Amino acid sequence: MSSTQSVGRSIPRVDGEEKVTGRARYVDDLTRPGLWWGATARSVAPHAILKRIVLPDPLPADVVVVTAADIPGLNGIQLLTADQVALVPEGGRIRHPHEAVALVAAPDARTAKRVAAAIELELEPLPAVFDFDAALRGDVVVHQNPDAAPNVYSDLTFGRGDVDAALAECDLVLEGTYTTASQEQMYIEPQGMLAEWKDGTCYVTGSLQCPYYVHKSLVALLDLPPEQVVVDQAVTGGGFGGKEEYPSMIAAHAALLARRAGRPVKLIYDRSEDLRATPKRHPSRVKHRMGFKRDGTLVAVDVDVLLDGGAYTTLSPVVLSRGVLHAPGPYRAEHVRVRGRAVATNHPPQGAFRGFGAPQTTFPYERQMQKAALQLGIDPWVLRRQNRLREGDTTATGQVLRWSVGSTEVLDKAEEVLASPPPHRSTHTQLPADPSALRRGRGVAFYFHGAGFTGRGEERLKGTLTLALCADGVYEIRSTSTDIGQGTLTTFAQIAADVLEVEASAIRFAPRSTAVAPDSGPTVASRTCMIMGAVVDQAALELRTALAIYGREVGLEDPDDLAAAAAHHAQAKGELARTCTYHSPEGISFDDTKYEGDAYPAYGWAVCVVDVAVDLDTFEVAVERCVHVIDVGKAIHPLIVKGQIEGGTLQALGWALWEQVTYADDGRVLNDRMTNCIIPTSLEAPELETHLVEVPYPHGPFGAKGVGEIPMDGPAAAVANAIEDALGIPIDQVPVTPEVLARLWTSRPPEDTTRYERRA
Amino acid sequence: MNLELNVNGEPRPLDVDPWRRLLDVLREDLGLTGSKEGCGEGECGACSVLLDGEPVNSCLLPVGAVEGRAVRTVEDLASADALHPVQRALVDLAGTQCGICTPGIAVTAAWILETHPEADRAQVRTLLAGNLCRCTGYQLVVDAVMAALEAQR
Amino acid sequence: MTAYLRPTSLDEALALRAAHPDYAVVAGGTDLLVGALERPAPAGVLDVFGVAELVGITPGPREALTVGAATPYARLLESPRIRTTLPMLHTCVREIGAAQIQARGTLGGNAQTCSPVGDTLPVLLALEAEVELANQAGRRRLPFAEFVTGYRQTALAADELIVAFHFPAGLSRLRQHWRKVGTRRAQAISKVMLAAVASLDDGTIASPRVAFGAVADRPLRIQSVEAALAGRPPSLGLADEAAALLEQAITPISDVRSSADYRLQVAKNMLHRWVASLVD
Repeated sequence: MSSTQSVGRSIPRVDGEEKVTGRARYVDDLTRPGLWWGATARSVAPHAILKRIVLPDPLPADVVVVTAADIPGLNGIQLLTADQVALVPEGGRIRHPHEAVALVAAPDARTAKRVAAAIELELEPLPAVFDFDAALRGDVVVHQNPDAAPNVYSDLTFGRGDVDAALAECDLVLEGTYTTASQEQMYIEPQGMLAEWKDGTCYVTGSLQCPYYVHKSLVALLDLPPEQVVVDQAVTGGGFGGKEEYPSMIAAHAALLARRAGRPVKLIYDRSEDLRATPKRHPSRVKHRMGFKRDGTLVAVDVDVLLDGGAYTTLSPVVLSRGVLHAPGPYRAEHVRVRGRAVATNHPPQGAFRGFGAPQTTFPYERQMQKAALQLGIDPWVLRRQNRLREGDTTATGQVLRWSVGSTEVLDKAEEVLASPPPHRSTHTQLPADPSALRRGRGVAFYFHGAGFTGRGEERLKGTLTLALCADGVYEIRSTSTDIGQGTLTTFAQIAADVLEVEASAIRFAPRSTAVAPDSGPTVASRTCMIMGAVVDQAALELRTALAIYGREVGLEDPDDLAAAAAHHAQAKGELARTCTYHSPEGISFDDTKYEGDAYPAYGWAVCVVDVAVDLDTFEVAVERCVHVIDVGKAIHPLIVKGQIEGGTLQALGWALWEQVTYADDGRVLNDRMTNCIIPTSLEAPELETHLVEVPYPHGPFGAKGVGEIPMDGPAAAVANAIEDALGIPIDQVPVTPEVLARLWTSRPPEDTTRYERRA
Repeated sequence: MNLELNVNGEPRPLDVDPWRRLLDVLREDLGLTGSKEGCGEGECGACSVLLDGEPVNSCLLPVGAVEGRAVRTVEDLASADALHPVQRALVDLAGTQCGICTPGIAVTAAWILETHPEADRAQVRTLLAGNLCRCTGYQLVVDAVMAALEAQR
Repeated sequence: MTAYLRPTSLDEALALRAAHPDYAVVAGGTDLLVGALERPAPAGVLDVFGVAELVGITPGPREALTVGAATPYARLLESPRIRTTLPMLHTCVREIGAAQIQARGTLGGNAQTCSPVGDTLPVLLALEAEVELANQAGRRRLPFAEFVTGYRQTALAADELIVAFHFPAGLSRLRQHWRKVGTRRAQAISKVMLAAVASLDDGTIASPRVAFGAVADRPLRIQSVEAALAGRPPSLGLADEAAALLEQAITPISDVRSSADYRLQVAKNMLHRWVASLVD
């Protein structure tokens, strides 16, 4: 039925012109008559009872202050639970050092910030906890779930077979402990919200990924009927998960200030506040055991995952869930045992970031595979091929892989690409080092990433959108799937356009607003194109069918002339709309309690190869080549897909080598400026060689499956493997900053240089 | 203080505190919100504007410093009927994603086209190193600037 | 409202400096404006970026060079004279910030801020540049090493402005070596910097000058190392000796960007590599 005029072609992005000209309006570009500015007063102690909030006396005129006492409804941000308060009340407990306590609005931002900074807190300090072991001992209890160990948000175990017995029989058992640091999303647009009230209705516009998450929180916090809260997405300057949950907090703050001030209030974080307050990637510690037969067959996998969730639940249990499900890797193994715990500490809460737990568990298994290859004397590529999951295989959760398994294709493609020199050499990343100080190495990572929500998530979400032929004859998509740069609008337009036989540029989008668009589910988890894109496809097909019937009914000359039928309908009858909801494909089932069954509807498959040069004088590492091959099912817009992969790849290289959030002994974020919480520039970024493999997913639009997160998972292991190849020392933590590498190199035991075979 | 500004080829006399940042005056007083604030300390380059033809961070410039100098912002790159060649290339080659860094990149890239017409990929990367982008990994941005350069040659 | 003064001549600038010693002196603004919103506005600003006498690259006899204090880095990068006579300065400046910072940053600004991580300061030390200061009474010159008096402290008096940097003759005959290890390749704060010069005279090291940045509270010449190198033939053994002496001379710190151990180890490696590189 579908023609393919647009899908598969890299048409100009529908939002391209407004972005390159500066016309696109982000939240900080918006203003309102009588607008005031908000600011936040925060805790300084990591753990304390808040005895009293002491306001400056006298308060300047023209300033309003809001505390927890001003919250009309429930003082909690609605995520998995509502344990995180919007504002710590007097008498309540402060659980991390950047927690919001009071809010200020003033006619200008400077005054608001000055007054917020002058608010003093009377505190009764409590002992605090920042590391896994102390938190698990429970000496200090930050969080207590009923019927659970102290400081454990979530404790998951799954597997199959008899791991202990199998490991006892193995010829090689590898055990390693792997740690990864927190990482900042570092969207270039800091977070912000604008709130205003009109006739008892609260309107919030801002930088966000998930309008209905914000809506749910505001309805409860403001104690309003759902229709009296309207959440609208402004053009959003990047998210990467960082604008999944925290916008609910800022929206709550802005709404409370606007309510108190009786006028619109804009609350825009500066970079430092954003770095201190908003959730980031969970630091992790993973103990990983793998058992092999001498011939290289992987027999058993035993993993223990710890994630530092910080002071509130946020999304940690779901991050953990994805993390543990990916922990065994894209490999066959008869015996698997995975345990994971998300742990409470007095760090600021961690949350969603591209990859969502999977990068933390991919790094360990791909380091393990590399070590296994070296110790077994098997080529690392051969070992991966030998054990890779293939169509028809069964995963650790008992999922039979029925479709779209590109594991072979990505390995083949990567080896083919490596046989040729790169199209552009990365001369710009070369270190200004003495050649005799340089060591070079190559590392590979082979990995997978489950696309869409875990398990039965999509059944619960019931992602819904509307596609309408409007009375003016234009097709309009009404969806709260947001475009945060990843190309949602263009991709949806292409899918709809091809079904409806129009140009993609002819598709109009209603605002991503809870007032006009149904709940399409959150824009997260690599689900937007694969899941909601399929709903666009379905709605377009339904609309097409309805128009064809209509055309026959009214006796059009050519009953197959869709454009004529649409024009006729628009003129004669007005709007024709189809609202569709996602339903999981037949035969997909998952048991959330036992972790058995189809963990994800489909997986992306990937190979990342990295060449590094290490300067043994300075321990700087340059990435000299990076090849990334990913099975995306189908690229609706090849350049957008390529851009997604390349952005994710560089974030992953950043996490591997340069990026981390560092915490002081009292849990504060130490590097709260862009100058020391660094991300790569165009000079760190190598020329990225991206290759798409398309093994279609039968239930995705035109065969597409998720691509947003997968590139984040693998490159860190590839980098570590490359450094090991170059230096002959194991690299079991990221980031491998020069400081870390200097310490590892200096303290290397003499036998380490001989234990590993050096590449020729 | 009365300042005689020249922005996008137009005289813009203003009575402002000269210590205010050029970025704020552009955005708040002149309504030119194309220049963005990503860090406020000259790290990200989202606020890049051309000052007498050279890219500068408008977050690090007191507005008093630019009197008598020509300020050119992203709003002035496109003509009434056509995008600047580098803007066109950024759209066509998907060199913009979330778009928040794009105005700064467009401004710097326009300067590259004018002053470094023979630049190769490595030089383009060096010249763009003051414009951070978190979405693209820079690959499609460099591709777009190279395409615009090559079209110009 | 902050007063904002933009003199166009040096005489005017010095008169204003004398009249307003409490005003902030700003050239390109790349240091002073960082975090400015969080601080109270200065009483006034003396903007010297447009003072003609402070801008320019003037050749002297035998390749001596004078660089105006408010000459933007971008102009230094365009200058063939800087590239050939002071290649070390050229390389150093090329790695500062990126285009936007290079358009505004100046040697005078870097020197006035006098941060321990100021990128050009080790170069000024190693090249034995003189800094020229002026007030209404007249001008004085002093070796850059004497200009730096402590952590972010300089010899600049409240009525003085930095006018120029004078680079002595004969520098192009020296081997000039610059290595900056920063947090990344551009837009990077330095973690360790080495500026070193020497010539080889009949197989022995002559006029060695070794300066480090970011390893102490201020940029430093390492006299003990220089003394050990002078007049001796370069060798791996001498490189070892120099690295050992360096360890006694510097006291790097741990901070959010790096660690004391790393800074020390890398400083020694960099010095060792440079001395070894003199062995032909």
